Order: sequence, then C-alpha cells, then structure tokens
Amino acid sequence: MRYLPLTEADRQSMLEAIRATSVEDLFRDVPKAACLAGPIGGLPNHMGELEVERLLGSMAAKNVPAGSVPSFLGAGAYRHHVPATVDHLVQRGEFLTAYTPYQPEVSQGTLQVLFEFQTQVALLTGMDVANASMYDGATSCAEAVMMASRVTRRKKAILSGGLHPHYRDVTTTDARFIGFEAVALPAAPTGGEDLLALVDDKTSCVVVQNPDVFGHVRDYTDLAAACQAKGALLIVVVTEALSLGLLTPPGDMGADIVAAEGQSFGNALNFGGPYVGLFAVKDKYVRQMPGRLCGETVDADGRRGFVLTLSTREQHIRREKATSNICTNSGLCALAFSIHVSLLGEAGITQLAQLNHAKAVQMADKLAAVPGVEVLNDGFFNEFTVKLPKPAAAVVEELAKRRILGGVPVSRLYPGEMEDLLLVAVTETNTDADMDAFAAALSEVLA
Amino acid sequence: MSMNNQGRPSAIPAGAASFDGVTGTVTGNRGLQIEEPLIFEQDSAGRTGVDLPELPKVASRLGAVKPRAKVGLPGLAEPQVVRHYTRLSQKNYAIDSGFYPLGSCTMKHNPRLNEKMARLPGFSDVHPMQPVSTVQGALELMDQLAYWLKTLTGMAAVTLAPAAGAHGEMCGIMAIRSAHEAKGDSGRTKILVPESAHGTNPATAAACGYSVDAIPATADGRVDLEALKAKLGPDVAGLMLTNPNTCGLFERDIIEIAEAVHAAGGYFYCDGANFNAIVGRVRPADLGIDVMHINLHKTFSTPHGGGGPGSGPVVFAESLAPYIPVPYVTHGKDGFALVENAGEGPAFGRMKAFHGQMGMFVRALSYMLSHGADGLWQASGDAVLNANYVMARLEDVMTASFDGPCMHECLFDDRFLKGTGVTTLDMAKALIDEGFHPMTMYFPLVVHGALLIEPTETESKASLDQFVDALRALAERAKSGDVAYFQAAPRLTPRRRLDETAAARKPVLRWTPPVPAEALAAE
Repeated sequence: MRYLPLTEADRQSMLEAIRATSVEDLFRDVPKAACLAGPIGGLPNHMGELEVERLLGSMAAKNVPAGSVPSFLGAGAYRHHVPATVDHLVQRGEFLTAYTPYQPEVSQGTLQVLFEFQTQVALLTGMDVANASMYDGATSCAEAVMMASRVTRRKKAILSGGLHPHYRDVTTTDARFIGFEAVALPAAPTGGEDLLALVDDKTSCVVVQNPDVFGHVRDYTDLAAACQAKGALLIVVVTEALSLGLLTPPGDMGADIVAAEGQSFGNALNFGGPYVGLFAVKDKYVRQMPGRLCGETVDADGRRGFVLTLSTREQHIRREKATSNICTNSGLCALAFSIHVSLLGEAGITQLAQLNHAKAVQMADKLAAVPGVEVLNDGFFNEFTVKLPKPAAAVVEELAKRRILGGVPVSRLYPGEMEDLLLVAVTETNTDADMDAFAAALSEVLA
Repeated sequence: MSMNNQGRPSAIPAGAASFDGVTGTVTGNRGLQIEEPLIFEQDSAGRTGVDLPELPKVASRLGAVKPRAKVGLPGLAEPQVVRHYTRLSQKNYAIDSGFYPLGSCTMKHNPRLNEKMARLPGFSDVHPMQPVSTVQGALELMDQLAYWLKTLTGMAAVTLAPAAGAHGEMCGIMAIRSAHEAKGDSGRTKILVPESAHGTNPATAAACGYSVDAIPATADGRVDLEALKAKLGPDVAGLMLTNPNTCGLFERDIIEIAEAVHAAGGYFYCDGANFNAIVGRVRPADLGIDVMHINLHKTFSTPHGGGGPGSGPVVFAESLAPYIPVPYVTHGKDGFALVENAGEGPAFGRMKAFHGQMGMFVRALSYMLSHGADGLWQASGDAVLNANYVMARLEDVMTASFDGPCMHECLFDDRFLKGTGVTTLDMAKALIDEGFHPMTMYFPLVVHGALLIEPTETESKASLDQFVDALRALAERAKSGDVAYFQAAPRLTPRRRLDETAAARKPVLRWTPPVPAEALAAE
C-alpha cells in the first residue's frame, strides 16, 4: 500500500518493543463482539493510481462542466476566471498540508496570509475589521444574526425577501434550535418591501442582501440609520463578492455586520463547496465576533509577527460559553481568495467588476429583445431576473439539450413559486458568441 | 522608515547600511529564510497582475447605487505576487516537510492523487444549480461516498451537508432534538459531556439550547460508568462522547454506556474525530452509537490547509435517520435526484448553501478507493502500532498518563518535568528547534500539562525513532537543570516566541495605511 511506510520487519520489531503479540492485541480494549476479524466486507480492496483515475474520471465525464458550454448560472455561485498562479500557489505543500497555526513560530506564513486576508475583506466591504473566514456565505449570515442577538440582547431578526433562500433557511434552522426568532419576508422579485415598518424594540437586526437574490442593487444608507435609531443592527449579505469592486460598499452605507460569500475570488465552482464565508464588523463589535482572528504582535527579538488572538471568545477556551462552536475557518479557500485579490489589485478589481457589469448590461438587452421576455431589474451588477412566457425550469432543460446552461430557474430556489422567472448571471468568462448563442437558443425554445 | 499605526517597522528598511542586531545580516534575511513585508507595503498605483480585455462601451445600469471611489488594494505584478506567497509558504511547517504529531488532529500524508481528482473539470467546474441531468456523475460520487461511509460505520443513513466537524456536531444534536420533539418529549434539557471532551462538544450542545453536564473520568482515563448512570434521567437528551477518547484510549464500557443512555430514553452521539484509529476494523453501529460525525480531513486525509476547509458528514442509526437536513441524493427514475427543500420530507432544515463540500468528497473517495478494505485495515493498525511504539519508547523518561495499550495517540503529562522549571510549552518550543512540529499541548484538560502525540500511519519507523531520540534527549536535558535552554527556545525559527498577551490586549487585526512622516512630526 503506497501510503504506508512500515515494512513487515518494522512491524515485528515494533511489536517486540511494545511487548505485544500482534497488532490485533493492541485493540484488546475493544469489545470482542464489535471487532471485525478481517477487512470489512462489501468494499473493494486497494487500487493503484491509474485505477482510481479511471473510476473517478468516468464519474467526472458524466457531468457537463460549466466551462465547456455557454453558461449563465449564478444565484450565489459564480464562474470567474481564476489565474493559473492561484492554484499553483495554493498547492504548495507548506500551505496545503499545514494545520491551524497553533505554533506561531512555525506558522508565520499562514498567519501573515490571514492578516492580509482580513485586511482585504475589510477594505472590500468597507468595514473596520474582518475575521479569518467562515464556512460559507450562508453560515456567515446565520452567525451574523446570532451575533446581533448577543450585541443587542434582543431575539428577533427580520430577513428581507431578497435574501438568498439557502441563506434564509440556514438562518431559520439555526433560529429554531438556538432559540431566536427569524421573521422571513416573502420573496420580493421586484422589491417594494417596507422592512423598517417591522422593526420594533425586540428586533435585533435586519438582514438585506446586495445585490439581492434577484439581482437588484440598492442603497441601504437610510435603512442602516433607521435600524440603528431603533437599536437594531443592519446586516448586509453579499453573495457576489466581485460586486464590491464596483458598488458603494456596505460599510459606507452604515452596515454593522457584513456576511458574504467569497467564492468569486480564486475559488472554482466545485458543485457548491468548499467556499469561503466573509465576516466583517464595525470595530466596536470585535469581541462579539465568531470565528478565528489573526492579530499583529512582536516576538522575543522585537520583530513584527502574527498570532491567533482573542481566542477567549472561542470554544477551545470557553467551551459551553463560547460565541460559536466554530473550530475551523476555510483556510485554503481564504488563501485562494487572497492570492486572486492580490493579483487583481486596485486597478484589476475595478476593471473586472466593470467588465462583468458591462457584459451583463449587454446580455440583458439581448434577452429583452427576445419576444415575450421581460427584464425585471432597473439596477443590477452582473445578474438579473427575466420573466419568461413559459415555466423557466422546462426552458432551462430545453436549453441544456442545446448545450447551453441558461441560468437558474427561480422555482428551483422557491419550489412551486414564480415558475416563469429565470436568474441570469454574466461574467468575464462569457464571450459575445456565448451571449448570442443563448439569446438565439432562448428564441427557439420560446417560439 | 514607514510606520504602521502601531509604530512598528512595517517593511524591511530598503538600502539599510547597518547589520541587523538579531540576524547579523544587512537585510534581516538568513539565507533561505527571507523576510517578507505585507502585500500592502509593496504597492505601486496602477500596477496589476491580470490583463483584461477592453470594456464594452455601454452605459452602466446600477440603479440608485453609486460606483465606489476606491477600494484601497495594493497593485502588484504577477512575479511579485508569486514571490510573496512563495516566501510566506516557506515560513510554515507542514506534513510535506516533516513529522507533525499533533494529537487529536491527525496530520497524515495528503496524497496528491486526491488533489488531481478534485480538479477534474467534471467535478471542479460544475455549478451547484445546473440541471440535475447535467450533474449525474457528481451525484453518483456523492452516492458512492455515502455508501462507503455507511458501510464503514454500519449506520443506516448519512448526510454530507456539514462543512466541518463542529458543523457536523451541530447537525447531530439538531437531529437528536428533532427526534425528541417528534415524540412530544420536551422535558429533555441536558446533554452529558465527559470532562475530556473537545471544546466543540459543550459549545455545540449549548448552541443548540441544551445545558451541559460534565461526567468525571475514572483513574484509568475513561468515562465513569457509575457516575454516568447516576446522571441519566428523563431530563437527559443524550450523551456526547469521543471514542477512542481524547486520552487516546478506547472506552471499554462503551456498549454498556450505550445501553444505559438508551434505557434512559436518550441518544448516543459519538464525536468521530478519532475514527481513524478504528476505521475498517470496528463499526460504530456495533457499539450502540446513534449518530456520529466524521472529519473527512482527519480519517480520510483531505488536506488541513492551514485551518480548513473541512468536511463533516454525519451518519445516523435507523432511529434518527428521518431527521437529516437537506439536501440529499436519492435514486430517481431517471438516475440520481437531489432533494433540496426541507418541505419535501421530515428533514429538520438546512446547514449551508448548496450541497456540501464537494471538493472534499472527491478527495475522500479517492483516498478510500486507493486504500480499499484491506488498506484501511492496515492503515488503522499501523496508526495504533506507531502510537504504541512511541509510547513504549518514551515511558521510561516521560510520564504516560494512563496504562496502555493506547489507540492512535499516546498521552503524557508533565510529572516528568516536576521541579525542573521546564514546562510543557518549553518542551514543545525546544522540539521546534529540532525540526519537529510539537505534539498537542495542554489538551485534554483531564491531566496536568498534557502532551498528546499522534504519529499517524504514514510515518516510517526511522522517522519515529528520530523523534523519540530527540524527545528523550530533551527530557534528559530538562532533568539536568538546563532550564534556560528551554525558555529561550525556539531560536532557529523565522520568529521566536510571540507576545500573545500584547496581541490580545490591544488587538491589531488589519493593516492600515501608514501615517505620513510630516503628520507624525506635527503631532
């Protein structure tokens, strides 16, 4: 077995050193009835690399990679071009095969990356500080709502109908078990919610998403001020982090907490995970934050260095009194995010965000020209909603037969609802030919 | 010299003419150990590491939102970015570079085949919301992984949704609460957790609305069965127990423990963090366990990546099988199907966006297929053999906390350091100078000054011998009274001991632009 260095001779001499008769003898504390006599049944024996590659390769071949066809899917996961440098650096063994930086003297690489990541997230969101990442955007959102309860000592969260339904469901699931109330408003495909009317003296927070799940972009400055006047926090969720390269950031609108999905930078689609949750707050809430934090300090020689800090909030110290049970971050995904953002820099991120927006505007116009299709958004970033004269799920299946991945039917996110709506996302990876092919195929399918 | 907001040097002084007091070099570098400023300290306005096409000429359509003025990110070209991260990587210890016996964390070799498989475009370049007809291979992979996990544990059902071990714990405890609620039993407010448990266990139970009651350990490092029985009653929702436990010991009474918990109407949650010790040899279902999470990044060697991403599937016995979260894969009439909405069944809700950590599923299945039933049998055997060998070779110079045999890790405490002035922490730092990553320190909490060593099955005997020889020599040195040597360690690392107290007292959690020298002078 290629991963196991011990030889039979090694095993024998080690058993002698231990004074055990056999390896099985070392398992003598296991109740006899539960000890298998030999390798478990129902599973194959070991395979060489070539055999594993063939087997997994055959499964991979049954999927249609988004990059092999014109693809316009978004709804919280976006296909962007990831520079070759990112994956090369992420696969350096010193990053890939290190553990959590518990011994800072031999983990300055990971720690400095986290410090830079926290800074990048703070800059992008326009917030004071960010943590070292969460599992994904949806869990980040749920943690933000729990944090708002700790800060305000109130138990009612109000979730906008523009919040991604997966984010809503993760938050309401947590609410049910953890013991707070999450009032989720009905889906709002064309906006028009009066969130403020629902805020009372029991409200811990209002959660909005920008751009929202239907692609609408809004200015939440007034809502932030109004929430805060009533003692509630404003949480802004962002599922397309690239939008932060172009739009007024949530921090500038007055958000108290930003919970975002960072997949757009550096991370492949991966059928939904692993991704990287971003979490940023105003300075005054730092000690109520969940998750891991990296901070600057000095070493015994007075040199600048980095350590994990404020761990008295965390489970390994506080146990049942911790701010969260979270134990990991999304280390490698955060690294990929950070490298991609570093490559882009100020100039690149602005250009890339503008490019995405401009292409989306072009696509919206092309689709609006298809008979029977209506674009619902006035303002959007790189994703918008169209209304079709036929059920979107069936249209998408027809498009898939023509080898076009034509967006996400809204009914997939809201079963049985809004069956004529389709979410369309456009990124720098979509060519003019892709966009023309999509519009032409949609005309055909709707004809 | 530019200064950051703390007044510390924020960059290596370019063109410094004097020799550094610490390193004796002009640059502060030491051969292959090269100092690296923050990326923000390498900015040149307008520079970028990507080339993008020209913008199409269209009017923007941002509605009421204004474009932002600036983000504040630094500009670097690609070669600078490559060098930055390469240099940073060289400041990390990693399994690829050496022995990493971090107890309870399972730092075993990460096969590169798994990385290659996860990057096949058929897995990595698939959108989670593609029509199900275009992702049949992805669903087949999830179904296969579920089959392996169920077979290896003997359990009835599995959810792949949780993103990490602690997330899996949440999922398991939510399922337990759902099951009690479904029976109309609302009087169960307590979860029992042994004192030796991982911190996540009590944190999880508390997060799910339970109070936590600690169970003491016996003198041989195991759950005190009588104390447990005394605490069981109609107010107990369940027990959370790690097995093998965090002292590296198998809970001999586990079947009786399970029976007692069941007799009191509770459920038995097993923290599967240490499943790697028994995988392929013992099926948790045969021990009476009702629900258990599995850390794919431990037992099935998906990379730890400096702290994630993890993946924490949870297996369930028949009694809890209905209470799993969405989504899950089913066998439909046209191949595999996905159940994505909780409204469609008794599922308790949703744990994260989309379908789980797919990239980790591919790696874990690649690991399982590579090992097979025979390889996993050998892997858990070698893991236990290695730990017992290390324990046997250190017993005479260090103090083992409990009698063996141990399972995949061996626990020592600091009695052997008594009177030397050397602490567990000092010992760990001295090991760093010897080229090893230290063992886990000060965990579990049930012994004083714990040193928990987990060698894993992917270490050779030569590697174990070198580690043991170094540790023996250090133990002798500590006993000889050379406390100053230990307190000054590590000496040979990119940074020496860091001031963690200062970091927590006045937290600096991000870089901020330097204050210009004129402004400082004006203050």
